[in-house]
Amino acid sequence: MPNMSPEKNPMPTRAPQLRAHDFEEVATGYSEETAVLEAERCLHCKNMPCVSGCPVNIHIPEFIAKIKERDFEGAYETISVTSNLPAVCGRVCPQELQCEAKCVRGIKGEAVGIGRLERFAADYHMQNTKTPPTRPQPNGHRVAVVGSGPSGLTCAADLAKEGYDVTIFEALHTAGGVLMYGIPEFRLPKKIVEREVDNLRALGVKIETNVIIGKTFTVDSLLSDGYEAVYIGSGAGLPGFMGIPGESYKGVYSANEFLTRSNLMKAYRDDADTPIMKGGRVAVVGGGNVAMDAARTALRLGAEHVSIVYRRGLEELPARREEAEHAREEGIDFLLLTNPVEIYGYFDPDDRRNPKNGFVRAMRCVKMELGEPDERGRRRPVEIPGSDFTIDVDTVIISIGTTPNPLIKNTTAGLEVNKRGGIVIDDTGASSREGVFAGGDAVTGAATVISAMGAGKHAAAAIDKYIKSKN
Amino acid sequence: MYRIVYKKALNPTVTEMRVLAPYVARAAEPGQFIILRVDREGERIPLTVAGYDRDEGWVRIIYQKVGATTMKLDSLREGDFIEDFAGPLGVPTNLAGLSDVCIVGGGVGCAIALPIAKKLHEMGARVTSVIGFRTKELVILEDEFSACSDNLTVMTDDGSYGREGNVCLPLGEMFAEGRKFDKVIAIGPLVMMKFVVAATKPTGIPCDVSMNPIMIDGTGMCGGCRLTLNVDGKRVTKFACVDGPDFDGYEVDFDEAMMRGNMYSAFERHAYERECNLLKDKTDNEGDM
Repeated sequence: MPNMSPEKNPMPTRAPQLRAHDFEEVATGYSEETAVLEAERCLHCKNMPCVSGCPVNIHIPEFIAKIKERDFEGAYETISVTSNLPAVCGRVCPQELQCEAKCVRGIKGEAVGIGRLERFAADYHMQNTKTPPTRPQPNGHRVAVVGSGPSGLTCAADLAKEGYDVTIFEALHTAGGVLMYGIPEFRLPKKIVEREVDNLRALGVKIETNVIIGKTFTVDSLLSDGYEAVYIGSGAGLPGFMGIPGESYKGVYSANEFLTRSNLMKAYRDDADTPIMKGGRVAVVGGGNVAMDAARTALRLGAEHVSIVYRRGLEELPARREEAEHAREEGIDFLLLTNPVEIYGYFDPDDRRNPKNGFVRAMRCVKMELGEPDERGRRRPVEIPGSDFTIDVDTVIISIGTTPNPLIKNTTAGLEVNKRGGIVIDDTGASSREGVFAGGDAVTGAATVISAMGAGKHAAAAIDKYIKSKN
Repeated sequence: MYRIVYKKALNPTVTEMRVLAPYVARAAEPGQFIILRVDREGERIPLTVAGYDRDEGWVRIIYQKVGATTMKLDSLREGDFIEDFAGPLGVPTNLAGLSDVCIVGGGVGCAIALPIAKKLHEMGARVTSVIGFRTKELVILEDEFSACSDNLTVMTDDGSYGREGNVCLPLGEMFAEGRKFDKVIAIGPLVMMKFVVAATKPTGIPCDVSMNPIMIDGTGMCGGCRLTLNVDGKRVTKFACVDGPDFDGYEVDFDEAMMRGNMYSAFERHAYERECNLLKDKTDNEGDM
């Protein structure tokens, strides 16, 4: 008999008042007993609607059945057939919009906690299995992967498993892309990412850090150096700003910069060489996962007060539900239906050398209401005239999205891009240049880890087919 | 890891290094920069490419010991390794079609100006160089500038070497005599570039400047290096790492760039002092042995 409890087993988390002051992981994960109980909620539907909701089509009922039988390692192996980064996805996927959205249990009550179970299986494996994956028989073909984020890692892993000689080129000094520089430690411990990258190396994948494709090498030079195909997973690029007065004041960050300083450069540590503004009153503009990450990072860095300023309502918040809930529990204030119109800086009229000059002091906002739906079906926020108000802030973090990085498009002749700068691909992941494939944020603009992984996986299959067709 | 193959102090505060980085050396062009991280705990700092040898595979950097990171870098010796050295970044200086150029360098900015002057000289262009320093002991690269310039003027603020005054003085004199150039390229402290731009403006000669703002990744991801240009009455945000570092001097909002440049000055001062103390402790301990 399945466990007919209408609610998911809650995810154990560290107390908000405790976790809001350090960078350790918030959610601590299911115990074996809880995992089995949760697994028993699965009805094992014949048509498996959950699988169709997963961008990498994990065999969900199958791995849940293994957990139910307490074959935890078997559950991990089942997930691994289709997913390369289960410990990551179990933590950062928006399951409520994907697999869990399709779960039959969700019709009356809550869906099965698929993400939590995935994380459990992946963590179990990590704690109990120390043997790295073995390197497959090389097939003698070389592929270059640009970027070591979720998309590049997935593409590289799938190709390496087929015996390809894969080299990943990473612009930064550490592999992992957004998993390292973007998502904070308290949500995705860097140990986990490092372990996934180590596994990739064990599969024979080479990772060249400090190499910027479009600068150090070009896509064309890779092709002429004997790489038979190139996968571009270079991720999102230039941060967007609002174009309102005052965005150049000191203390205005893009979320990318703020998070990179903290996550990649470890500015949260007292002994770090990289500075970051800590403390004071912080406003984060935007409502996505990145905005939540920035707000919660600011809180942990010692901010007195942190608010999320978002122009739509709670219902429209694009962040993962769990992140927004965690943020609320930790005391982050949500200024919804609110949009900034100007940032004010400090100027001492009597002292031009006052060190506070040029720093942010306040932000003027306007209240919004939701009007007619836009082309994507989301109701468009409209300003309410005369509703202006000003909040005192010391730091403003802009988290309103990014546009694709221009370095590769500017240096690759014949590579077609759309008007936003995203690389144009066909339904296999192939770009307009022969042998050049692309996926992830470099194609779509800022999206999710799992959709980038899905694109990497999809393109790996197409690259395999392409190279085999030529040989 | 990237080996230091050559190190030489150019003056008491400025050092030259050649770092083995064949990929960077192969692709580098004048005007571009690299990002380095001295060790695993270090910050990422941008430094301009001050030369390269594609055959030997090294890249030349010239830095001033101004902060904790450059102090730490300076504690390394020939044969030591730098943890990370990535590049070349930024758009190379556009020198196409130039045949008569005035290069204005200030302080350590001369290190960036030199490869541009050299390249112009190799292209057969007429190169007029004006380089300025605070005082005699800070003068760097004079011989190399001399070798690639048709005319070189060295200025010191206190008159202890060359002519007394700042770089705008000879520039203004040349303009007053009606001297025309295809372009003026100014590289140095922001305030110097601002004044060179102001001095050049009445002549209508194009004036490019090289911006060196705070950066982290250097690849167009963080946006920390943004600056504002005034283009046809509109304010436009640009990123020095991917759109620059060279910009049309007439468009750059220098006051804003100067304001943004000192964002972390308190932190940097503190970090610099800490690094100095660490190095001092180290030297003291070595002395005891």
